[in-house]
Amino acid sequence: MRIINFYKYRITAFIFSFFLILFSIFLFIKDNLNLGIDFKGGILIEANFTTPPNLSNLREKLTGVSTGNVEIQEFGSPENILIRIEKNSEKKEEQTALINNIKNELPSEIDYRRIEFVGPKVGKELQIMGIKAVLFSLIAMFSYIWFRFSGWQFGLGALVALFHDVLSTIGFFSLTQIEFNLASIAAILTIAGYSINDTVVVFDRIRENLAKKESPFSELLNLSINQTLSRTLMTSLTTLLALLALYIFGGEVVRGFVSAMMWGVLVGTYSSIFIASPLIALLGFKIIKQDQ
Amino acid sequence: MLSLSKWRIFFVILVCLSGIYFLYPNFFNKTEVTALPNYLSQKQVNLGLDLQGGSHLLLEVDTNSVLKEKSEFLVDDIRSALRKEKIKYSNLGSKLSGAVVTITDKKKIDLARRSIRENIEKGILINTEQNKLNLSFSDEYIVDSNIKTVDQSIEVVRKRVDESGTKEPVIQKQGERRIIVQLPGIKDPGRIRSLIGRTAKLNFHLLDPTTVELAQQRGKLPPGTFRVSNADPTAYEKEFLVKKRIMLTGDNLVNAAATVDPQTGKYVVAFEFDRKGGKKFAKITTENVYQRLAILLDNKVISAPQIREPITGGQGNISGNFSPETANDLAVLLRAGSLPAPIEVLEERTVGPSLGLDSIEAGKKALVVGFVLIIVFMVIRYRIFGLIADFAIIFNIILLVSLLSLIEATLTMPGIAGIVLTVGMAVDANVLVFERIKEELRSGRSIMNSIDLGYKFALKTILDANFTTLIAALLLYNYGSGPIKGFAVTLSVGIITSMFTALILTKLIVSLWVVKLKPSRLFLN
Repeated sequence: MRIINFYKYRITAFIFSFFLILFSIFLFIKDNLNLGIDFKGGILIEANFTTPPNLSNLREKLTGVSTGNVEIQEFGSPENILIRIEKNSEKKEEQTALINNIKNELPSEIDYRRIEFVGPKVGKELQIMGIKAVLFSLIAMFSYIWFRFSGWQFGLGALVALFHDVLSTIGFFSLTQIEFNLASIAAILTIAGYSINDTVVVFDRIRENLAKKESPFSELLNLSINQTLSRTLMTSLTTLLALLALYIFGGEVVRGFVSAMMWGVLVGTYSSIFIASPLIALLGFKIIKQDQ
Repeated sequence: MLSLSKWRIFFVILVCLSGIYFLYPNFFNKTEVTALPNYLSQKQVNLGLDLQGGSHLLLEVDTNSVLKEKSEFLVDDIRSALRKEKIKYSNLGSKLSGAVVTITDKKKIDLARRSIRENIEKGILINTEQNKLNLSFSDEYIVDSNIKTVDQSIEVVRKRVDESGTKEPVIQKQGERRIIVQLPGIKDPGRIRSLIGRTAKLNFHLLDPTTVELAQQRGKLPPGTFRVSNADPTAYEKEFLVKKRIMLTGDNLVNAAATVDPQTGKYVVAFEFDRKGGKKFAKITTENVYQRLAILLDNKVISAPQIREPITGGQGNISGNFSPETANDLAVLLRAGSLPAPIEVLEERTVGPSLGLDSIEAGKKALVVGFVLIIVFMVIRYRIFGLIADFAIIFNIILLVSLLSLIEATLTMPGIAGIVLTVGMAVDANVLVFERIKEELRSGRSIMNSIDLGYKFALKTILDANFTTLIAALLLYNYGSGPIKGFAVTLSVGIITSMFTALILTKLIVSLWVVKLKPSRLFLN
């Protein structure tokens, strides 16, 4: 078996990842996430016109109707238009009225594919729920790894890789300005699960090799990464193939979710090879000979 | 050693067959499936609202308004109790949930306390602070009241939805004060939303002969009256002066229907009182002939006709400026009764039928394409083992869908994405095993030995790795809502079925192949 010395590139990888994270945080602060109505509250209408409408005319018309910020964009095809209206009024009667007013402004033969309204109260609750879901799953996975692999270095290594993947995915959302909604939370958690999954496979092999081989730890790490390499790549490839099919054929509704997942698979694969495992050595894990 | 016990083969075949058995009903539509013979399962995967089209509403009941109302009733009770005993008091008033009163003569405070106690419900606490009595609802009382309010609201909402003709609605309580309403396949969500959201409190008041303009000139309203606006803003009379006393309420109605008034040809809502209401109505109309009777719906005047003659039959008409729809909606509201408290729509998600159909089509296409890509890829990479893995993927999908049918799970668009993703990730377990077998072969072990060790070593890793994904999926299920829950369900069920197909099903097939055909080489590359 040809052995690639991944361990050698650890410093380069650490520096690269450090800047990746820094850049992600920078993007997040600069552009922020493009929060959907799930979290911000507001109205979303997906309308299918019979002929492609003039977007700037439409924008002008609808801005007159609403007090909130109106966003209009094509969605999948020129006939299919997504209208998003930020809600800044708390009065409940106004929402029904607003939806009706918008409908009155649009031609009558439109097919309304989707009408969503999320009140400010629910928006806030969903935000809290999203943050809780992500945090708790990170904590749960970290505890599991710590418990399963003796040595906090494993747990911390996996956790750092996990944060790396999650943060850079948030950076990905900030950069692309893909709408961040409930499905994005699902994407982040799935990425977290996938990333840990990848990491665990390598860690498992490290643990197995620790039990039977007597060689320097760095060499052992490298061997383990190489032994699991073809599996890591195969699984990433099949998952990417499935995602690619979803991206091309799955329709506009899931496209944002799928692109985030693709990014997550790539970065998850990278981090389990270049970040998680070398980190264990960096954190000072020592092989302790057991006298049994 | 490779085990090929009859029991194991029997078990695997049994699982696979029951997978097909529970998958089968999904090839039929809802009406066809009920016609299936009894020995077949009739459980199907439900389509979520985002796939079949429909409306999802999250409502919140304003339970505090009921407590406030009760506090006002409490004030009345205190007043009558103190009057009966001729106890002087001051500063009588309601709080958010309770009431306060000051007893002028401090010596009579115990008597006051006793007589109030006799006059009010249990569960109301009375605190004495010097000569002040502080009445407040106990926590239990509040909880009971809130539960009652929400339960009653659900009943009323259900009646209204049923009356509107929506098929298979789901109406559930969520948390303490919220109601989820799911209406599959409805066409006009705006109308049903306004039907559900209206309190529909119907009250009959007498109109004060003074006009609003006159009262404005005088600078004050006549005593015991209040101003109410017209429900129809385009009408000639914009506002009315209405006497405060409620003569009759909609609680006494037994029936209501939209009809056409033969004289005017306009739509009216005909109503009918119960015996008690009919008697009251007769008395009111007898004593107040030639006065105007205001009919208030949610504190807006919908009609204010003049009483021309006593109405003793207990029946009447409301003539407003109705269209067929609005007349019918009002009749539905009156029949279903009023909500005990106002309801707020917190969230509404409606998917039209065209998007639902498109999503199903898109999901199917993505699933088939992703599936074919992976199948081909696996064969190229692992040859015969790839074929075996493909067989496992097919059964993985069969088992996944059959389990979803068995628990009658709801399939959403993210759920379909979850299935496609599972196909990609389920291969992982197979890949782990195959790569391990390859490795063992390379280190010079026999074929049998390599296969045995491959499965043994991979098992631990697969369990560890899948467990973490399962953690993510379970937390997502716990915190997610609607469509996202659907994703969490397919992902977790997919993980479980993939472990069965990768660890047990393929192992059996590989063992059979090796034992029966005794190949000299496992991988062709």
